[in-house]
Amino acid sequence: MDSIAAVNVVAFKTIVTKEIRRFMRIWVQTIVPPAVSALLYMMIFGTLIGSRVGEMDGHRYIDFIVPGIIMMAVITNSYSNSVSSFFGAKFQHHLEELLIAPVHNFVILAGFVAGGVCRGLMVGALVAAVSMFFTKLSIENPLITLLVVVLTSTLFSIAGVINSVFAKGFDDISIIPNFVLTPLTYLGGIFYSVKLLPDFWEGLSFINPVLYMINGFRFGILGTSDISIGWSFTVILSFIVILASVALYLLNKGVGIKS
Amino acid sequence: MKALEITGLKKTYDNDHVALDGVDLSVDKGDFFALLGPNGAGKSTTIGIISSLVNATEGTVRIQGLDLKSQRNQCKLLIGLVPQEFNFNVFETPLNILVTQAGYYGIPKSVAQERAERYLKLLELWEKRDRPAREMSGGMKRRLMIARALVHQPEILILDEPTAGVDIEIRRSMWEFLEEINKNGTTIILTTHYLEEAETLCRNVAIIDDGKIVEQGAVSDLLSRSKFQSFVFDLKQPPEQPPVLEGFKVTHCEGSRLDVEMPLGDSMNSLFEQLSSQGLEVVSMRNKSNRLEEFFLRLVSSKDQQEAS
Repeated sequence: MDSIAAVNVVAFKTIVTKEIRRFMRIWVQTIVPPAVSALLYMMIFGTLIGSRVGEMDGHRYIDFIVPGIIMMAVITNSYSNSVSSFFGAKFQHHLEELLIAPVHNFVILAGFVAGGVCRGLMVGALVAAVSMFFTKLSIENPLITLLVVVLTSTLFSIAGVINSVFAKGFDDISIIPNFVLTPLTYLGGIFYSVKLLPDFWEGLSFINPVLYMINGFRFGILGTSDISIGWSFTVILSFIVILASVALYLLNKGVGIKS
Repeated sequence: MKALEITGLKKTYDNDHVALDGVDLSVDKGDFFALLGPNGAGKSTTIGIISSLVNATEGTVRIQGLDLKSQRNQCKLLIGLVPQEFNFNVFETPLNILVTQAGYYGIPKSVAQERAERYLKLLELWEKRDRPAREMSGGMKRRLMIARALVHQPEILILDEPTAGVDIEIRRSMWEFLEEINKNGTTIILTTHYLEEAETLCRNVAIIDDGKIVEQGAVSDLLSRSKFQSFVFDLKQPPEQPPVLEGFKVTHCEGSRLDVEMPLGDSMNSLFEQLSSQGLEVVSMRNKSNRLEEFFLRLVSSKDQQEAS
């Protein structure tokens, strides 16, 4: 390993450590709220309303929605961690600490993404723990479950970095989560099987990438899905490759971060 | 060996503003060098390009013989930067800021902790090591940025207006600290508005104006080319009208203050005799500005006059 490669290994660990320290320092804002939201979703939709809904895709309604609720928490927290951390660093100019250091842009991206993944998984684990109060969470395919959640978290962490590269103000980092991410997540089959939809809407749902992630995760946990697991992995991996390439291009060009 | 060699450096921003228009500059290894110039002259852009925060439009930069464009990361290892604006995470503690910065340069945590302790102690910040940086005073924040720039032990330290907004006592102690690390072999390049700072600390200076280097050389050489000096006299009584002083130029007369410009090396006896003969009694006198400032102002104002004509 040459000296610059060795520098970058330490730099990567440093960025990840800093990112974890950042979100843990404000854990009341970053870790607890998603667990409270998930608790309310499970109480209201799972227990109160769900008991009248009956079965969905051959599972109790609460069992059906738990994977989606976990995945929703993972997606939103992975995204919001990298978008707020990267934009905060840009806004306060301490991103310059990294830009003047001998750190490859790939390592900068990987560090922020790893931070987002750590928060996403931590929140996901907490929501999963909360779900134990409502259902007996048994995992059919642990490896698939883990792969889908890590890859999805990676994807949305990268998307968060791209958002923050273009963002010029705090409004710009809330537009995508509020007006794109939330609708796609809610319409991605958290609370229902797309098979229940009329043909047109079912067909339209398949252009929503979040559907492939939630169903991939549901397949890992329950063993059933609206979409084949192969398609889920194909879509997730394709988006990761595309978004990572875009993010690296932007960082290499210095878009939004250099004059 | 040259610590820094810049050739034909140009920078045009997206709004078509030409910040640098062919800058050529060289700094010897071990030098204490000042880059001077009025606001908007191109000092910070030059430093931004050297430290990889600004993309150059054209030209080459070599850091200790390495090409910045093709060997950027190797060059970055050699440079420490103290920027003009505070650019650290104000919610972090000074200790974490230094250890994190060291990590970006590949320094393992155990070594980084030792170095952070050393520099925080040297810059009298150790007591504040575990408090959020936002609680520190302006002078402490400046010293924190110096400690952060040194934590990877760079061979070249670049400081952009390092003493802006700090009180005289802290400024003097920072000067002593910088002189000490320069003696230990670190090349120092600074920009400053305090020309006294450049005259006191630096061996060589360059003056940049409108994106071009208009003068470069040893401070002593530039000072020897300065032909005039100005004094401020405080008179016991305000004169009724500005006095006429043969061989001297009255540049300002207001109340009991009198500014006089005179050729460097001329005797002042005649000046005092003329003042006395006109019934003007001098209570005190001082240099209007330091000699480098005098030279700098003349250079910039003569250029402005040329442009106006």
